[in-house]
Amino acid sequence: MTTDRVSASVLVIFALLVIWESRQLPLGTFHRPGPAYVPILLAALLLIFGVFLILTTGRAPLLSSIRWSEWRHALAILLTCIFAVFAIERLGYRLTVLLALVFLVKAVEKRGWVSSLAFAFGMAFGSFYLFYTVLRVPLPQGPFGF
Amino acid sequence: MTETLHNLYLGFSVALAPSVLLYAFVGCVVGTLVGVLPGIGPLAGISLLLPASFGLDATSAIVLLAGIYYGAMYGGSTTSILMRIPGEAASVMTCIDGYEMTRKGRAGPALAIAAIGSYVAGTASIVGLMLLAPPLASFALRFGPPEYFALLMLGLLVLAYMSGGSMLKSLAMAVLGLLLGMIGIDPMTGFFRFSYGLIELGDGIGVVPVAVGLFGLSEILLTAGQPTATEIKKPRLKDLLPSREEWRDSIWPIGRGTVLGFFIGIIPGSAHIISSFVSYAVEKRLSKHPERFGHGAIEGVAGPESANTSATSGAFVPMLALGVPSGPIPAVMIAAMMVHGISPGPLLISQQPELFWGFIASMYVGNLVLLILNLPLVGIFVNVLRVPYPLLYPAILVFCVLGVYAVNGSAVDIGIMTATGALGYLLRKFDFETAPVVLGLILAPMMEMSFRQSLAMSSGSYAIFVNRPIALVMLTVGLALLLLSIVPFLMKRVDWRQRLGLEAEQEKG
Repeated sequence: MTTDRVSASVLVIFALLVIWESRQLPLGTFHRPGPAYVPILLAALLLIFGVFLILTTGRAPLLSSIRWSEWRHALAILLTCIFAVFAIERLGYRLTVLLALVFLVKAVEKRGWVSSLAFAFGMAFGSFYLFYTVLRVPLPQGPFGF
Repeated sequence: MTETLHNLYLGFSVALAPSVLLYAFVGCVVGTLVGVLPGIGPLAGISLLLPASFGLDATSAIVLLAGIYYGAMYGGSTTSILMRIPGEAASVMTCIDGYEMTRKGRAGPALAIAAIGSYVAGTASIVGLMLLAPPLASFALRFGPPEYFALLMLGLLVLAYMSGGSMLKSLAMAVLGLLLGMIGIDPMTGFFRFSYGLIELGDGIGVVPVAVGLFGLSEILLTAGQPTATEIKKPRLKDLLPSREEWRDSIWPIGRGTVLGFFIGIIPGSAHIISSFVSYAVEKRLSKHPERFGHGAIEGVAGPESANTSATSGAFVPMLALGVPSGPIPAVMIAAMMVHGISPGPLLISQQPELFWGFIASMYVGNLVLLILNLPLVGIFVNVLRVPYPLLYPAILVFCVLGVYAVNGSAVDIGIMTATGALGYLLRKFDFETAPVVLGLILAPMMEMSFRQSLAMSSGSYAIFVNRPIALVMLTVGLALLLLSIVPFLMKRVDWRQRLGLEAEQEKG
């Protein structure tokens, strides 16, 4: 199983999904395309490209050759970003960034408590001051006043 | 010519105003910093300052944002040369020979040639912008929907052709980007498409979260977990002077890089990344000693660095003359112009001459500022890289989140950045290019609108695309590129793009 075969299969499935979802929209005609026309055309193209890739994947490396050594860090960063999505407007910018950085620097990167907290406080409050106070970029404030 | 000089005088009178000068300087400093820091590219830097620019007048805002763009090209070479880490994507080719020069104790000349090459290319390409944009804008008044559709199609095909990997994979990514651009309200009928009840998606997926996710967050995901930064060799000021031989070997690559980069940057769809790639390929082909490439050839620094800086000026040509973005950054700048009530398009130059010529003049000034920042002050910027990477990447992540959130004040954008970051991580693992996705997203609304308007004009006849000469020429060129890329596949041999890609991979390894 090569990397191209796997990725091309995903593209094919995605293309079929788009075509399926587009059935709710008017297709129009060949001469008067409707809102579904171009998405279905593009999905069909993607389907064709995916099939071609599956059929022509000669020199692609094997799936097992991909290294995932950084997956734990990557997962932690993605979870931090997901936390930011839900927390930034509920807890406010500063508290969200503070908690996120403490998690990344202390729990993931295993730095000491003092340096982690100092870094997190500095970044959270420093960036807020620079962008909200100086540059007047609107940033959410949490229920606790910060 | 007299009129051009008169306009340039007008431009300098705008650009040398203290407030505009200040914003040009701030943009250049921020751009250099953004270019130096790996993971955070010029787009994240621009999106960070975009909301702050809303309170400025239009000229100052555009000058500030443009300063970040071309400042990043200068700054990106610093980490490429000193640490073999490209500060931003366009500096990848500089890593190859730039770092080898550093290992041989020639970091100073490498930095100097990169900065001087960028200055020469930047200045010369501004002349090109100045001379080309106004007549192109006049010519573009003949453009209608069929011509715009053909132009954008050509741009996507050029990008796919010039991308380092498989054209089939690049085209697939371009189509994926176009599909992402279909999300939102259909402009011609008002139907909501693929928004799944999320009002924030009514206007479609924003360029900034997707680009920051695909380029910035994916880079962080791939590199997090690295040990502390490698030793940074910081050259002294007196060591910056190249030798006479290095000067001689750099002149023609700088010239060729300037011209190549400018014309590649003009074509909508060609990113500045491709310009450095093409320049490296050309220099290696033309060199009498191609075996030196990959082992510290100064041409391998001079050409690509000149090309990527020149491409930024080239990218402004379609942006200012046609109102067509040639990449994600011009797309954001067009959005910034629209926020200030300026409609980009062929009439911009004639209706807003102080904006256009002030912008041109500020680029002359900005290039001079960047030359000063990037040579004697290189040590200051390099010190930023002494921050251990386990602390650096969380800081970069904060700026990415902040930049994305600041554009619309929407947490949904952070979600989009996260999703596209994960997608970019997987795409890069599976050896797919991410630039075509962003470009497809940017061009999708314009392409679809042009396509459907063209059919409306012709009462449904597709012949409109071949009956109009300009559109026909552009579509023919695109088709030719498509056929050219199929030839190696049919002949079962590696073509020149893949050959260079393979060799670059071996040298980098």
